[in-house]
Amino acid sequence: MSHCEQGGTPCAGDHDLVVALVGNANTGKSALFNQLTGLEQTIGNWPGKTVERAEGTLLHHGKRIRLVDLPGTYSLLSRSEEELVTREYLLSGQADVIVNVVDATALERNLFLTVQLLGIGIPVVVGLNLVDAALRKGISVDERRLEQLLGAPVIRMVAVRGTGVHELVDAALSVKGKPRLRTPASMRYGPEIEKRIDKLASLLSEARLKVPPRWAAIKLLEGDTRLEKELARLDRRIPDAVKILSEECASIHKEPCSTVVASERYSLVGRIAGEVQQVIPRRGRRTADRLDAITLHPVWGYALMLLVMLSILTVISLTGAWVAQAIERAFESAKPPQLEGFWPLLLWNGGAVGLYASLGVALGFLLPFYLILSVLENSGYLPRIAFLMDRPCHAVGLHGKASVPLITAFGCNVPACVGCRIIETKRDRLIATFLSTLIPCSARTAVILGIVGTYMGPVWAVSLYLIDFFIIIALGRTLNRFMKGASVGIIMEIPPFRTPVPNLVLRQAWARLRPFLATAVPLIIAGSLAIELLRQGHALDELMTAMSPLTVWWLGLPAFTGVLFILGILRKEAAVVLLAGVAGTVNIPSVMSPVQMFVFCLVMMLYIPCIATITALGRETGWRNAAAITLAEIGLAVLVGGIAFRLLAPLL
Amino acid sequence: MPKEESEEYLEAMLDLSRDGEPVKTTELARRLGVAPPSVTEAVQRLSREGMVAYRPYRGVTLSEKGRAAARRLKRKHRLLEVFLTRVLRMNRQSAHDEACRLEHALSDEAGDALCRSLRGPRSCPDGDAIPPCRLYVDSCATCIHEGVSTGKRTENEAQPLTSLPENATAKVVFVHGGKGVVKRLCEMGLTPGTPVRLLRAAPMKGPIEVRVRGCDLALGRGIADKIFVEPGDAHT
Repeated sequence: MSHCEQGGTPCAGDHDLVVALVGNANTGKSALFNQLTGLEQTIGNWPGKTVERAEGTLLHHGKRIRLVDLPGTYSLLSRSEEELVTREYLLSGQADVIVNVVDATALERNLFLTVQLLGIGIPVVVGLNLVDAALRKGISVDERRLEQLLGAPVIRMVAVRGTGVHELVDAALSVKGKPRLRTPASMRYGPEIEKRIDKLASLLSEARLKVPPRWAAIKLLEGDTRLEKELARLDRRIPDAVKILSEECASIHKEPCSTVVASERYSLVGRIAGEVQQVIPRRGRRTADRLDAITLHPVWGYALMLLVMLSILTVISLTGAWVAQAIERAFESAKPPQLEGFWPLLLWNGGAVGLYASLGVALGFLLPFYLILSVLENSGYLPRIAFLMDRPCHAVGLHGKASVPLITAFGCNVPACVGCRIIETKRDRLIATFLSTLIPCSARTAVILGIVGTYMGPVWAVSLYLIDFFIIIALGRTLNRFMKGASVGIIMEIPPFRTPVPNLVLRQAWARLRPFLATAVPLIIAGSLAIELLRQGHALDELMTAMSPLTVWWLGLPAFTGVLFILGILRKEAAVVLLAGVAGTVNIPSVMSPVQMFVFCLVMMLYIPCIATITALGRETGWRNAAAITLAEIGLAVLVGGIAFRLLAPLL
Repeated sequence: MPKEESEEYLEAMLDLSRDGEPVKTTELARRLGVAPPSVTEAVQRLSREGMVAYRPYRGVTLSEKGRAAARRLKRKHRLLEVFLTRVLRMNRQSAHDEACRLEHALSDEAGDALCRSLRGPRSCPDGDAIPPCRLYVDSCATCIHEGVSTGKRTENEAQPLTSLPENATAKVVFVHGGKGVVKRLCEMGLTPGTPVRLLRAAPMKGPIEVRVRGCDLALGRGIADKIFVEPGDAHT
């Protein structure tokens, strides 16, 4: 099969084989990918989508093999983004072979996908992973029998240890160009369904599809509306035929046709699993169950989670501040003693400061966070947090999966925006991303504690947080009410606990950090250059005057705060340091009244995400949404700040 | 015994019976505010109609037929409560009292029509799940938007997954929900007939965790409320 016909898409080029890795979530696909590929790997975004696929190259006995790690999916219907990405890639014809990673501990659920992959017209090799974990669970699988029943090679492996991975690649090389042509008897559905599949498939075979007609027929009966629309353009009789045939199915089985097909597939998969696996039930409660009894306990579960979260926040805040300062000191010590003239000042204040500020965020806050996130992800604790936090998250109209990014936002908003990827629907993801940018990150905490906390006392600082939380909850509820669609509850697998593999953790963290270094760092430097340019051209003073109706009249603040708000776009914590410089005194209370301090911090907390966050927002939600969120937050901050000034001025 | 009275007995028994344990006649008497001798008399009559099994000194248990009848009443009662509070804007207490009276006069058909016009509410104003209809439909969404094509009723006597006690096992009977949710649940293995075990429920009506086909799944409460099961001793 030629894979370079599609124009525009990156093609295999000089590769001997293109392999697509497909499987359920948590089956060890990434572990396999990391075992096979060297450091030469790219994590790319699909155009217009936020779901990642990773690509890497592997040299195997002199052959160059391209590996494409597709997002974890449970089915090939075109519904969630993961499924769409996987399906579109498979249907694009770029892959020569599908390597289907199957979790031996949950054979039935995994084979549900395998059966769908087998009919797609691309040769399939099954990597039976986690055979060691299965044995511990008392499950042994006869892979030769499985091979016969599926009609595809099955290789036993333990991906994290590298056992069996090379045999898997050998098998992939050997099946290239040999797609399975007929459906084995073991893969047939019930007679009522088969009859209708055949009818539909014969109609489809006239339409000259790129995919096998039988595969398309099954998908159509499963209610794949996207495929139906595509095929309706080829043959207008198709939608009617689908409608009639699925209604026939439905009336025989008294269930919707999609459910009938899924049930039939599960029953055939159940037959296969029953034939190939031997289960020796373990006596008593397994350790895993006991562990879950604690981690998901209505009291201890929450206590443990709180402890874990607090320690993560502490670690990130401490290392973040420490690393950021160390980097800053290193740069400042290298600063040339005399900096004069336009270019040196621009390059230093704009370029170098921008560079070390962004490196500080990247190495101080993001790297430790991504490391911790990978550990949590690989160990399987993340879904448990989502389970515990599902109910509390309903307060802002979101569900459990949003809790992780929302909590991490207290450390830094940038990884929080990226972390929102784990939420499935676009709508919920956008709401969660928006809300996470309003959560006071450690930089904003520094401003709040440094000004209000120091000069007005902790009660006022806490009240700032309370105002913020109130705004977040109100905004969450409002967005939920007015944005189209409704939040769907969680349907999420809770995988067994596993020991994280250090190598995998490091590489995942690096893979996540890299896009930030590549896109956000240059943008931050460009931003600081622009602001420095404004300063050099004395445009800042003019801006200050231009902003004074807002800052002085509406917010009741001293005019010099205008500069701080602009500088705060770069780094919010810098506002405290710069405040003294702009105000011309270290004695803050002599230039600002308590009301002004409070309003200043309130506006600082809300008004705009910092430039690193805006960049992350742009990458995650698209630039239009990023602009809308930024403008909305400026408006919100100005509104709330003005109201606070008018309410507090008579009181204080 | 008038129809209304026997229906009140069935409903009270449904509320009082926990895990299939027999309900004491004294409990029933207290609940309905009647004297114990008349309870015994009423229960004996219901027993003759095949609605309950009565064993003197042990208590009363609902039969399948009785439980089905009681659940149909509960459904109408809760739908009426939603209608009275949401549409007619009555307060909860008077809506409850009114629903207690109207439920006996409402036919199953009118109840289903009410459900459709209220766009398939999931729970009554107090947050208790509304028992499902027995219409044969694809999903609530289809029923609301397209109406019911066949007036056929299924014979399922299912209860929501969320009403199971912890560690209980049951078999999935059907899922009432949007098409997307139904498909997603199916591909995760929750197809009709599948044995499931409820592992735990998070506090405050949070999500539940179930074991299905050897995997553990977390399901949001809203979704789990729409999964109907038949309790049984299936092994998972």
